[in-house]
Amino acid sequence: MSEARKVLIDPLVDNNPVTLQMLGICSALAVTTSLLPALLMCVALTSVAALAGAAISALRHRIPNNIRIIVHMTIIASLVILVDQLLKAYAFETSKQLSVFVGLIITNCIVLGRAEAFAMKNGVVMSFVDGLGNGLGYSIILISVATLRELFGAGSLLGYPVFELTSNGGWYVANGLMLLPPSAFFIIGLLIWGIRTWRKQQVEKPDYQIHEVHRTEVY
Amino acid sequence: MSDKKEFDRDSISNTLIIAIGLSLVCSIIVSSAAIVLKPVQAKNEEAFRQRIILDVAGLMEPGGDIDTLFASIETRTVELASGTYKDDADMEATVAIPDQLDLAGISQRAENVDVYLVTNNGRVEQIILPVYGKGLWSTMLGYLAVAPDGNTIKGLRFYAHGETPGLGDQMDKESWRAQVAGKKIYGDGDEPVIRVIKGLVQEGSAGSEHMFDGMAGATLTGNGITGLVQYWTGPHGFGPYLKNFREAG
Repeated sequence: MSEARKVLIDPLVDNNPVTLQMLGICSALAVTTSLLPALLMCVALTSVAALAGAAISALRHRIPNNIRIIVHMTIIASLVILVDQLLKAYAFETSKQLSVFVGLIITNCIVLGRAEAFAMKNGVVMSFVDGLGNGLGYSIILISVATLRELFGAGSLLGYPVFELTSNGGWYVANGLMLLPPSAFFIIGLLIWGIRTWRKQQVEKPDYQIHEVHRTEVY
Repeated sequence: MSDKKEFDRDSISNTLIIAIGLSLVCSIIVSSAAIVLKPVQAKNEEAFRQRIILDVAGLMEPGGDIDTLFASIETRTVELASGTYKDDADMEATVAIPDQLDLAGISQRAENVDVYLVTNNGRVEQIILPVYGKGLWSTMLGYLAVAPDGNTIKGLRFYAHGETPGLGDQMDKESWRAQVAGKKIYGDGDEPVIRVIKGLVQEGSAGSEHMFDGMAGATLTGNGITGLVQYWTGPHGFGPYLKNFREAG
C-alpha cells in the first residue's frame, strides 16, 4: 500500500508533470482565466488519465509493440470523446468555454506519457493510481494559476465577487494582464521558481558551461 | 495468462485481433454515449439558442427562467421575397441563392423564416432576425436584433460557430458585442453598408455609424460577419421586410 501511496503522492510536488516535467503547459495557459473551467478541465484530465492508465495496463500483455502508440491513442481518444459528450450534456455553458481544450486532452503529453512510461509496465490498480496522481498534480497547478488569475484579473472566484471592482463602485482595479495568456507563463514560472527554492533537488544542472575566454586565447 | 511465454503478442494475427477488436469496442462505447446523451444535449442547445435570443434583445436577467422570459417573445413567419408575414407557411421550401448575391456563402436559404418580435402593448420594440453564414472555418449561426426603425442594430450574437478559439471567437466577447449596438445598417439606398473594418472604429469619423470593430487576428471571420449581415439585411434576405419598417417609421 505504501507503494501505491508513493505513486499517488509523488506527482503532486516532487515529480509534478507541469512544474518538473514541463508537460501540459498549453492547456494550463488556455483554460485558467477563471476557476470554473479550470476545475472542469482538471476533472476531465484526471479521469481520462486514470481510466486510460487502467485500460492500457489491463491490455498491456496483448498490445502488439508496433501499434502500441495507436492503441494508446484510440483508448485515450475514446475516453476523451466520452468526457466531452458528458460535459456537453451536463455542464453545457462551461464546456463552451473549454471549447477545443477538452478534445486536446487526446494530445496532452501527460496522458500519453503515463500510458507509455507507466501503464505498459505496471498492474491495473497501480496504473489507475498513477493516472490519478498525475492528474491531481496537473490539477494543483491549474487550480493555483486559475485562482490567482481570476482573483486578480476579475476580482472574483468561481464568478462570485471577492474584491469589489471599481467599475462596480468598489476599491479594486482589475488587472487586465492577468486575463491574458502571458500572465499564466509568469505565474507558472514563479511557481516553478518557488518549488525549486523549496525542493533544491529539482534544480537541473546546466546543460553546458560557458567557457571563459582569456585575452591570451583570442587569436 | 498462463500461456504468456508461448503467446506472441507481435504476431500478425494478434495485431489484427487487437486492432479490430479495440476499434470495435471503442466505437461502440463512443457511439452509444453519443446516442444516449443526445436528447439532453439537444435540450441544452435549444435552451442556449433561446438564451441568445433573449440576450441579443437585452431581456436576459441573471437567474431568470428562460422558458418564462421566452414566452413574452412573439414568433412570426416572414416570407422573405415579399417581406410580409405569412402564417401556415411551408418551412421546408428552399430557394437557391444566385452566386453574385451569395455574400454569406450559404448557396441556398429557406423561403420562409421565423423572426422573433419583442413587443410592448402591441408596439414592436425589437425585431430579432436569424442570420447565418460562412466564417473562416465554419458556418456561424446567430441573431441580429434591429430597432423598429428597420435600420438601427440593437445587438448581434452567435450561438454556434467553430471559429478559432482566442481569435475568431472574439465576437462572443462582451466588448465586441457592446460596440455593435446603435450602428446603422443602411446608408441612403436599400443596400446594406454595414461592415466589419480592420482595427477599431474611430468614433465620429466619416461613416463610423456603419462600421463594426475589427478583430485582431481574425480578419476572415470579420469578413464572414460582414458577408452574412449584408446578405441577410440585403435585398435577397430581410431587405424587403426591413424596408416596410423603414417606410413606416
